[in-house]
Amino acid sequence: MAERIQKQRTDRAKEGSAADSAAPSADTERGEKLKAELDDLLDEIDEVLESNAEDFVKSYVQKGGE
Amino acid sequence: MAIHKVCGIETEYGIITRGFDSNPVVASSVLVNAYAGNFPQLTGWDFADETPGSDARGFALEDAFPPEVETHLVNSVLTNGARYYVDHAHPEVSTPECTSAAQVVLFDRAAEEVIRRSALSANEKLPPGHEIVLYKNNSDGKGNSYGCHENYLVDRELPFGRLASLITTHFVTRQVFTGAGKVGCEQPGRSAAAVPYQISQRADFFEEEIGLETTLKRPIVNTRDEPHCNPNLYRRLHVIVGDANMSEIATFLKVGTTAIVLAMIEDDFLPHNLQLANPLPSMTAVSHDPSLGATVERINGQRLTALEMQFLLLEFAEKYNQQFGLSCIETPGDEGEADMILRRWKEVLEGLESNPDSMAGVVDWVAKRRLVDGFAARHGLTAGHAKLKAIDLQYHDMRPDRCLAGRVGLETLCAEPDVLRAVSEPPASTRAFFRGKCLQKWPGEVVAANWDSLVFDIGDEPLRRVPMMEPLRGTQAIVGELLDTASSPRHLIDLLGAGASETSGFVDPGMY
Repeated sequence: MAERIQKQRTDRAKEGSAADSAAPSADTERGEKLKAELDDLLDEIDEVLESNAEDFVKSYVQKGGE
Repeated sequence: MAIHKVCGIETEYGIITRGFDSNPVVASSVLVNAYAGNFPQLTGWDFADETPGSDARGFALEDAFPPEVETHLVNSVLTNGARYYVDHAHPEVSTPECTSAAQVVLFDRAAEEVIRRSALSANEKLPPGHEIVLYKNNSDGKGNSYGCHENYLVDRELPFGRLASLITTHFVTRQVFTGAGKVGCEQPGRSAAAVPYQISQRADFFEEEIGLETTLKRPIVNTRDEPHCNPNLYRRLHVIVGDANMSEIATFLKVGTTAIVLAMIEDDFLPHNLQLANPLPSMTAVSHDPSLGATVERINGQRLTALEMQFLLLEFAEKYNQQFGLSCIETPGDEGEADMILRRWKEVLEGLESNPDSMAGVVDWVAKRRLVDGFAARHGLTAGHAKLKAIDLQYHDMRPDRCLAGRVGLETLCAEPDVLRAVSEPPASTRAFFRGKCLQKWPGEVVAANWDSLVFDIGDEPLRRVPMMEPLRGTQAIVGELLDTASSPRHLIDLLGAGASETSGFVDPGMY
């Protein structure tokens, strides 16, 4: 069964690479969109992240639970 | 055939105070009381049947007292059938008993809502500048951990050794999609610098393969034998290895795949050589390698990555489904969920295999890593910078205006109106329905409640306890009409006593 899985996985990987080479422009476009999204997200984080990160991290102390 | 996998989740939240110093037990109590204060007649928890010291391997730990005793007063049962309380130094919500993973996700989301409302109520009463803040995570980054526990009903006849050894394989390898991600490392003897980012919040805290503890020397398989139902028929597998997830799909997969694997183990469908040779080092090896290249060793010597092992388990699950069906993990009348779990399970494994970042809307550790890496690149920060750890913590912040998980575009499963309804309405398909509806109808007369009984005050007679030893009785289908008919708790007891007990599934109410 493990061999079969190995084969499936290789097949899937091949399909993936075939698709990649067939549509490089679509992929680039998608990559740029993702990058723009991440940039917006990082802008937001710059705004909402705890202003004094060092103090915040240091003072975040919990007792063990359960 | 495998019995129905009744299940639920209990989550301990991290808690801090800002603007003032406070003991976390006090702060947690203020929080729970602030919520309870909105419902003056909220019912207290009944400890009569708690035996957390009982061990599934057949002995009892003598010094194990019910851990909740110290905070007895801050303990309540909600009308959705959940329990909300202070456990040690954390507020904790246990969902009601559920019949499917989707239901668990809904009530876990409702629990988050309860936590948010509690914080709002508590903070309104505090002086300006003082604030209680909650985090749905599992570690403070300094070696202290608190849990998100799962519970599953299993057949008492299933030999515990087989259960423990095979479910461990799933616990070690499911991390690849259940991990909530962590900046740094808390494994004793390993420096944070050696592991700048890892898959799981919890993996660093396990020191035994199997055992009764939950706070020290934590075991991968916990043996607490406290079924909260008929002990001759059932076990409750108490799972302590999991991370608390912000992603609804991650919780869905965590509970759904585990329920499926348990059903397969119960029917002895999995080959026993799926057991791992070295579960403990495998646990951290998988977590410490976000490239997903770490391998685990089976007892037959074969080495597989966690993903390969998960593909193997998925393949067995698909076969099991074809041969026997998986209605044991679906809410009756809500068929199709098992197929959805199998489909999403396959998607997440294929996504992680081909391009992990494609799972940033589903898998918490991937979503968090994207933020941490992106932020570090933008500001030129190196591993170990406090801001990167701050991102890790703030990913789990329960304040909507601060929560980073709420900003990363995680896919959702629950509709908001359903979540709001689940804050007060119990699931219809388990005994939580009876518990929740009695609390809604007679908040003053239900004087105590726990998982397997309710205690009623019916006036000038002794208190009456109604046992609920069957998790799948007391449902809307079975007791809905009875509850509609009953005009008072006394009437309800009379109806139960006058032959109604057969249909309700409860034995006659006894004297408390």
